Formats: sequence, structure tokens, C-alpha cells
Amino acid sequence: MFILLEAGKLTRDNLVIANKKFSSRLIVGTGKYKNMSECAKAIKLSGADIVTVAVRRVNITDKKKPLLMDYIDPKKITYLPNTAGCFNSKDALRTLRLAREIGGWKLVKLEVLGDKKNLFPEMIETLKSTEILTKEGFKVMVYCNDDPLMAKRLENSGASAIMPLAAPIGSGLGILNKVNIKIIRSQTKLPLIIDAGLGQASDAVMAMELGCDGVLVNTAIAKAKKPFDMALAFKHAVISGRKSFISGRIEKILMGSPSSPTEGII
Amino acid sequence: MKKIKIKVNGKLKTVNRNSNLLILIKNLKIQLKKVAIEMNGEIVNKKKLNRIILKNNDRVEIVHFIGGG
Repeated sequence: MFILLEAGKLTRDNLVIANKKFSSRLIVGTGKYKNMSECAKAIKLSGADIVTVAVRRVNITDKKKPLLMDYIDPKKITYLPNTAGCFNSKDALRTLRLAREIGGWKLVKLEVLGDKKNLFPEMIETLKSTEILTKEGFKVMVYCNDDPLMAKRLENSGASAIMPLAAPIGSGLGILNKVNIKIIRSQTKLPLIIDAGLGQASDAVMAMELGCDGVLVNTAIAKAKKPFDMALAFKHAVISGRKSFISGRIEKILMGSPSSPTEGII
Repeated sequence: MKKIKIKVNGKLKTVNRNSNLLILIKNLKIQLKKVAIEMNGEIVNKKKLNRIILKNNDRVEIVHFIGGG
């Protein structure tokens, strides 16, 4: 995305994570689609440069199953291995070490869950894992609660990006705690990316207007009645919200303020 | 030729004694550059698969990337 500087010059407004530049501020998940070709098309339409992927066993009995890498080229789109489905530090570390082994992936998303129903992050295990992974040279983008104190601790542990939830994963509830997100924004210069719980494009606009650096969306696109249109909607929402944020909104005032001059009224 | 039993991705498999990890991967027709391999809980270097001889009750895990959030 480009932004117009005051001098009339255009400049790139990249998302920078661990010194790597990305032109899109939208990150999309690759799960829950009807099939791989639907997933690939939605991702293309979303304009995302980064996609989250899961690490799972190869199906050794059915080799005809389509492979993600055959549909989404990791040379063109950055794969962000994720630890979705891990409920403790040990499993998360194992998953990401394996992910790195597949092809040298160092930029990863850490997600350690604590409860199978609400899917909230288990922050003690998350913190522990962040410390270990950072020491091992990983660049860790960390899924976390919308808790400013925990976000600070993750930052101090070497996280490369803070990724607080908007609401429970897949819930579509939108941003439940705007104040906390604003507090986290005010205290960190790390990339702040809203992860999980968005339901519609306006939620992404809100995230960006709160000053977030990006959003991560999966279910809201994959499970929309028209995933391709929703992918486009999110693409534009993120651009729109970002532009709105950097443009500086007007002050809120209690009474009306006429848009037309009051002088010279006939 | 004598056979041994190993577990691959949780499934019991019978292979020839003295066969190595590289032979197993080739027989399974798996593209090495798209996977990571773990042997008895330890990640193995994909360049050294032919040096790892399979033993009875070995547990092999072969993973790759799939769609996820």
C-alpha cells in the first residue's frame, strides 16, 4: 500500500516484521476452506503476503490428497507456520522445530491454547515458549490475550510481533476490548496484529483505526457465504482502516458544526 | 529377508531389516523437500537419512504443512 506524503510524494507503507517488509497488512489463514483451490483463490484475492499454515502428519495411505504447497507457492507467499492445536509448550516447540526443518522457516506464529472450548491462549506456557524459541533464533509472532501486562512480558521475552485476540478464535464476535488494544498499542513499537475473532470487514477497519499494524483473518473469510468477495472486502478494509488511522481523525464534539459557511446566508 | 516392525505416523509398518530411513521415504513416495522427519522424538537431518538404519519398534513421524489458521 502507498501513502501520500505532504510534499505530494508517494511512499510505501509496508508492514515490517523482524526486519522483513510486507506490502499487505492482511495476513490470512489457510484452514476451513472447502478445498485447496478455493483457499488459493481467496488468498490471491485478499492480496495477503503472509499465510498461516499448520504442521500435521503426512497421510501415508492416501497419497493423492492435494498438498498445500502445490496450490500456494511458498516462494511467492510467506508461509507462517503456526502451532494451532498445541496445548502446552512442549508440543508447540516440537511443532515449530519441525516446521523450521521443512524448509528453514524462522518466522513463526506461536499459539498455545489453554481451553478446548473457548480456545483462549495459555499465557504461562506461551511466555515460556517465546523465551525458548527466541533463544533458538526463531522470530516469534505471538498469539496472546488482550492483556497489556502480558503483552509487555512477551515483548521483554523477545517476541517479534504481538498478536492479541479480538475475541475467541472463530467466534466472529469482533474486537471486544478496544481499550486494551489501545493500551497495548500505546506501550509497544513492535508490530501489533489482531489475531482471531473477527467476523466482518468493518472489524478489520476498527483494528487498523485503533492503530494496529495488521490483522490476521481465517474463519471470517473461509466460512463466509462468498469467500472470494469477503477476501476482497477484508483487503480493502485493512487498507481503508490504515489510511483512516494515519490520516488523523477529527476531534469528537458534542454539538453540531455546520459544514457550510454561516456567513453570507441569504 | 528378515522383517522388522516400525511405526510410521502412528501406523504399524513392516520393513526389511537393515533398511534405512531414506529407503522408507522413497518407498512411501514422499517428496523430501516438503516434509520434516522425526525419529523416536528427535528431528533428523534430511541429508543424512541413508545413515539412519531402522530398528524394531522405531517411531517415525513425517510431517508437512497443511491449511490452518
